[in-house]
Amino acid sequence: SSQVVWDTLGNRQFCSYKITTKTQNFCRNEYNLTGLCNRSSCPLANSQYATIREEKGRCYLYMKTIERAAFPRRLWERVLLNKNYEKALEQIDENLIYWPRFIRHKCKQRFTKITQYLIRIRKLTLKRQRKLVPLRRKIERRENRREEKALIAAQLENAIEKELLERLKQDTYGDIYNFPIHAFDKALQQQDAESESESDAEKEEDDDEDEDMAKREFVEADDSELSDFEDMDKLETSSEEEQEEEEEVEKKASHSKSKGKTPLKGPTRRKRPYIEIEYEEETEPTAKT
Amino acid sequence: GPPAPERVLFPPTFSVSEIKNKQRRHFMFLRWKQQQRKEKLAAKKKRRKEREALGDKAPPKAIPKTIENQRIYDETTVDPNDEEVAFDEATDEFAPYFNRQTVPKILITTSDRPRGRTVRFCEQLSTVIPNSHVYYRRGLALKRIIPQCIARDFTDLIVINEDRKIPNGMLLSHLPDGPTAHFRMSSVRLRKEIKRKGKEPTEHIPEVILNNFTTRLGHSIGRMFASLFPHDPQFIGRQVATFHNQRDYIFFRFHRYIFKSEKKVGIQELGPRFTLKLRSLQKGTFDSKFGEYEWIHKRREMDTSRRKFHL
Repeated sequence: SSQVVWDTLGNRQFCSYKITTKTQNFCRNEYNLTGLCNRSSCPLANSQYATIREEKGRCYLYMKTIERAAFPRRLWERVLLNKNYEKALEQIDENLIYWPRFIRHKCKQRFTKITQYLIRIRKLTLKRQRKLVPLRRKIERRENRREEKALIAAQLENAIEKELLERLKQDTYGDIYNFPIHAFDKALQQQDAESESESDAEKEEDDDEDEDMAKREFVEADDSELSDFEDMDKLETSSEEEQEEEEEVEKKASHSKSKGKTPLKGPTRRKRPYIEIEYEEETEPTAKT
Repeated sequence: GPPAPERVLFPPTFSVSEIKNKQRRHFMFLRWKQQQRKEKLAAKKKRRKEREALGDKAPPKAIPKTIENQRIYDETTVDPNDEEVAFDEATDEFAPYFNRQTVPKILITTSDRPRGRTVRFCEQLSTVIPNSHVYYRRGLALKRIIPQCIARDFTDLIVINEDRKIPNGMLLSHLPDGPTAHFRMSSVRLRKEIKRKGKEPTEHIPEVILNNFTTRLGHSIGRMFASLFPHDPQFIGRQVATFHNQRDYIFFRFHRYIFKSEKKVGIQELGPRFTLKLRSLQKGTFDSKFGEYEWIHKRREMDTSRRKFHL
């Protein structure tokens, strides 16, 4: 009758476990020994059949004989195999003694493969596991939305510019940037507020001037930028009267700034007028007198 | 006498939502909306006229409510003059950095098998942060890397986590036993995707701006960021790295600035940009199982109010 079963299911009519592909037929039955759809590997078409299956890391040998064909509940007999590989092979041999060679061979092969993949699982679990954290769509959307709004509320450019100007005001940059107008305004404000403090301010400026004089001598060896000659000329006349008060803000480090500037032409936006006030050494002595 | 009608309107009006027909309901709703808008405009005009009529005696303009205005006051907000905070900060893990005993040295790495975008992002990040090195990871456990890093004098470790070929998380760990912060990263823009960008960032040490880190937690995170950069910025380079906290989102930008006058500064964006949101802060170095968490973002408890922020 197994022949009849095979003639019906296997070859001709429909078998729900059968999967056909271009080159091969597979069998989806859980008790199938090889996984292919063959006359010798079909568990339905063979009344004497055996398989190896593993459950929770332990391997079992399942056997089916003709005598129990009428009792589906007791059809598959299950034998727990030893954890030791060789001993388990011996167990298979002794249980499947006098069984066809094909089934014995395939059982052992299947058992080998199963033990190998179990070993691999155990090894991998010791290594780092990648934990998949599912994203929640609603939360992701909410966070993205809030981020956009926070970005708009932040007004980053304004904040950065304000902070930089604050730092400039608080003199964290020291003497790098020369903005004589700034110092002039400061002096003007002091003049407006109290007339006395003005003289104090000038005295302070003189002190700074002395310090700067010493500094100035130190860096005379630097080259000046000839490209700013025109700017220089324009401003020289206007700032003649301011120069006395501005001695303190003469910048020798403007050279270092220009060094920093020329390789990077980026920030100088040609659209807006850019004025940089630099003093050349030649004119300094005349200004002093 | 007759009972005074308290809430009955004469004539009784139908509310728009009671109309069953969707088209008509929509139509009536639009009409109602237009009416509201008209009333609002009229009210505004009236108010403006009144204000002009009063002239100097007008009451001051009302300040519009913003989320920042309405923020729930956080008890852990740092007062600049707080001694306890100052004392804590003098003795915490960043003290050696702020006392200039250590020079920051950063190791940037990724999760396993980084894809192109993440790789490029790591490279750009390493140009932005001075004294940083990028090493690729092939299956190495973080816990094993960390002692090696400490042995080689690294002060900070940055791990960029990647998902579906884009970086989406960042782990920032201060090395000799320092706190570990885990961030969610979003809106990563590489240099070529930034419009109107300048040239490459140079080797000069940038300045650091930390904005809006007000609470204790924010303060410690801010210090973490500050400890990534060497102490003395080279003003010649005119580069500035900004970490701006707004509503618990930390925006990172890298700019080059130039002072056009003492009241005007121009900035030009170089460098990558990204946004971070803090997920957890751990006391020691990275340890997912036994670490002691100083702060974790718990969605159910912490996301209940729209006006409550933690950084």
